[in-house]
Amino acid sequence: MTALRVGLDVGGTNTDAVVVDEAGEVLTWHKSATTPDVLDGIRSALAAVLADVDREAVGQVMLGTTHPVNALIRRRGLARVGILRIAAPATLSISPLSSWPRDLAALVRGQVEIIRGGHEYEGTEISPLDEDATAAFARDCRDRVDAIAVTGVTSPANPDHELRARAIITEILGDDFPVTLGHEVGGLGLLERENSAVLNGALRFVGLEIVHGLESALAAEQLDADIYLTQNDGTLLAAAEAARRPIMTIGSGPTNSMRGAAYLSGLTDAIVMDVGGTSTDVGLLIDSFPRESALAVEIGGVRTNYRMPDLISVGLGGGSILRPVDGTGPAAGPDSVGHEINRHALIFGGGTPTLSDVSVMSGRADFGDIRLAEKVLDAGRVSETISWVDDRIQLLADRIKAAHVDLPLIAVGGGAHLVPDRVEGVSEVVRHRFGGVANAIGAAIAEASGSVDRSMRYDDSSREECLAEASAAAIDAAIHAGADPANTRITTVNEIPMAYMPGNSARVQVKAVGPLLARTTTASK
Amino acid sequence: MTGRAIGLDDIEDLALGAVVLGTGGGGDPYVAKIMLAEAIEKYGPVPLVDAADLDPDGLLLPVAMVGAPTVIVEKFPNGNEAHTVLRALEEHRGDKGVAVMPIEVGGMNTLFPIAVAAELGLPCVDADSMRRAFPQIEMTLLTLDGISSSPMTLADVKGNYVYFDAQDNATGEKLVRACVAQMGMIAVMSAYPMTAAQCARHAVNGSVTFALEIGRRVNAIQQGKPGAYDEFLTFCEAQILFTGKVLDIERHTTAGWARGTVTLEHLDDRSRVMRVDIQNENLIAFEDGVPLATVPDLITLMDIETGVPMTTESLGFGQRLHVIGMPAHPRWITPDGLALAGPRAFGYDLDYVPLGGAR
Repeated sequence: MTALRVGLDVGGTNTDAVVVDEAGEVLTWHKSATTPDVLDGIRSALAAVLADVDREAVGQVMLGTTHPVNALIRRRGLARVGILRIAAPATLSISPLSSWPRDLAALVRGQVEIIRGGHEYEGTEISPLDEDATAAFARDCRDRVDAIAVTGVTSPANPDHELRARAIITEILGDDFPVTLGHEVGGLGLLERENSAVLNGALRFVGLEIVHGLESALAAEQLDADIYLTQNDGTLLAAAEAARRPIMTIGSGPTNSMRGAAYLSGLTDAIVMDVGGTSTDVGLLIDSFPRESALAVEIGGVRTNYRMPDLISVGLGGGSILRPVDGTGPAAGPDSVGHEINRHALIFGGGTPTLSDVSVMSGRADFGDIRLAEKVLDAGRVSETISWVDDRIQLLADRIKAAHVDLPLIAVGGGAHLVPDRVEGVSEVVRHRFGGVANAIGAAIAEASGSVDRSMRYDDSSREECLAEASAAAIDAAIHAGADPANTRITTVNEIPMAYMPGNSARVQVKAVGPLLARTTTASK
Repeated sequence: MTGRAIGLDDIEDLALGAVVLGTGGGGDPYVAKIMLAEAIEKYGPVPLVDAADLDPDGLLLPVAMVGAPTVIVEKFPNGNEAHTVLRALEEHRGDKGVAVMPIEVGGMNTLFPIAVAAELGLPCVDADSMRRAFPQIEMTLLTLDGISSSPMTLADVKGNYVYFDAQDNATGEKLVRACVAQMGMIAVMSAYPMTAAQCARHAVNGSVTFALEIGRRVNAIQQGKPGAYDEFLTFCEAQILFTGKVLDIERHTTAGWARGTVTLEHLDDRSRVMRVDIQNENLIAFEDGVPLATVPDLITLMDIETGVPMTTESLGFGQRLHVIGMPAHPRWITPDGLALAGPRAFGYDLDYVPLGGAR
């Protein structure tokens, strides 16, 4: 039996772990502070939950982590990347990385070349691929860069030139040399896709470090299980693939939390309020998945075309520090004692009044020693502060909603006790005893996926044929990623019509998702 | 005025002004913004000049990037197209170009001509042909004054170019669309070639500065400066028509137009609903079915808290927005102006309504 799954989530404050069984029941969980070396926290969380279950039965371990985004924000452990754009004579007016923060560009930029090639929107070549220039670029990169990013014009629709370029490069630099292709990490939008490919190359060491670290943590526990990382959209990447494409995992935290909330509550359409120690993220679940933001997302100051959950974040959490009463401004936050709440909050014998103290004094939570807080805070202050909190929460719930339909609200996260039981415009407030580790549960229950993002011309074949072709390609990709063919379904079909185009052309985005195929054989090591 | 120039520090403000004047359309200025930054870094700030200060007989090069926005983000220009266009025009007309001119000051084509000016080593004229953005090339104040959009020139990234004369500006528009389709859906266009004297007389002079000044005021809103919203509205002679929350966004394409509607519910009074109709640009704002603002007046949506002006693509559910109405250049509010770019020109069975509605 290899039916148990371990879900791990490394956040800015906490590292959480859960074990779920085949039926999706949560068997055990563990929450601890994120450690300076993230892997230490993962190891101890893993050891803690494995102590409670039959480790022989664990078949899969899923990890969501802030590792890569922290590496980019802190500019740490980044690889130098050779950048090849296949586009000339198009696009010469904008150089690669030209809109990047200068310090990040200086760390990452290796050899840069824009060569002839790429495709038109309808699939013909802009120019044939300049194979000699590709080879010259590869030779120039030898011993100078750690990774190479290759991006061709319109490659999501036609990746031929990117694929051929990689073959030429690996022939010269070796099969193991890491080459990221634009179409593997991004959709339409050349600059954003190129940025994603370069960021992915820059994260090469970070990706390896996570996967190797997790593998060694599993080995230390003598755990023989398949490893997956969760992606931005809440679906899974197998370890080897995650080491190759770490950029795909970069925004998985909020997604995992929302998917976990959907799973625990059994709701498909709801507001999710994730109240942590320092901040609250509010998002909207539609058909069990987070509604995505309409805007391009910047990572470490670099614009990419990833779609992240559409979140509103505010500085309100269990550790938010109360502010002096002056009649204006917020009653608490954005300063927070964060994960040191167990030392600093009044109820824990500290000297800093926090929202957790207020929550305990108003009867919303029951932990710590209420008498310690009562010595410092009077009832008037508490009731003023809690009604300020209620106003904020009501405003957040109202802002995230698309219409004036009363929706349920799922309160998760360590600070969920701050959410009142009644919120105007909310049909009910749903809590779950495992709500504090919703993010790790979201990782544990994640499914495999595949997607397609290309421009199609409906006049070559009918619209239905085009959509069927795109759907089939997405399903194939999901199955390739480990989804059970019998249960793989299409979750998203977006058609974005193209203005000014002759005939009927559209950008077609399709995503297929399916549960991981149960592990039947042990992967040979 | 002398000594003005567009430098790196102006780009952000100019782009903000371009989105306001783009009224939701005109193309996301993102690519043009990076292109301009790179051109200024390479060639230095671009002098901004008044047409009246140029040699009256000097040839101006009004330019725009034309094509499908979805293709422009994949296959943007290489910088040589403008050289091709200028060379073609100079060869056929026999005179030398003295300055570049934006055709519109809304969306990406506010910034793109300035990048072109940098690449060509020419100044940019502080003028345009409409003081907003429109989706069709004949929709200009120049057309109203009988100035031909021809000869028109289109150049693609490969160095191909087309130079043609159309009998009227509406036909010119059709020919441009046909050519652009064969040029990989993106081209650099020059139209309405004219002298500096013609520009001074018939174009909207000062409109680049107008866009920049609007952008500065929007920036002040975004910085949270006290009174900034009022200062912005006063400068634009604009009014807030409605303040609401986005309830619904609907988009589709018919006949090459990105059409759609956005529905907002009033923040203070849920019984009030506003619908903004979109055909590339925001065209008409209806409150409970009654038009409060119509094209050619400008309708811009702006986030009430952050001051971010919205392009149609960036609209999202739940956003809290001001619907802002801004008067069009007065030359548009004339019988011939409204015939060319009023509601009926966009297929509405509706007459132009002065800003704020016929109250």
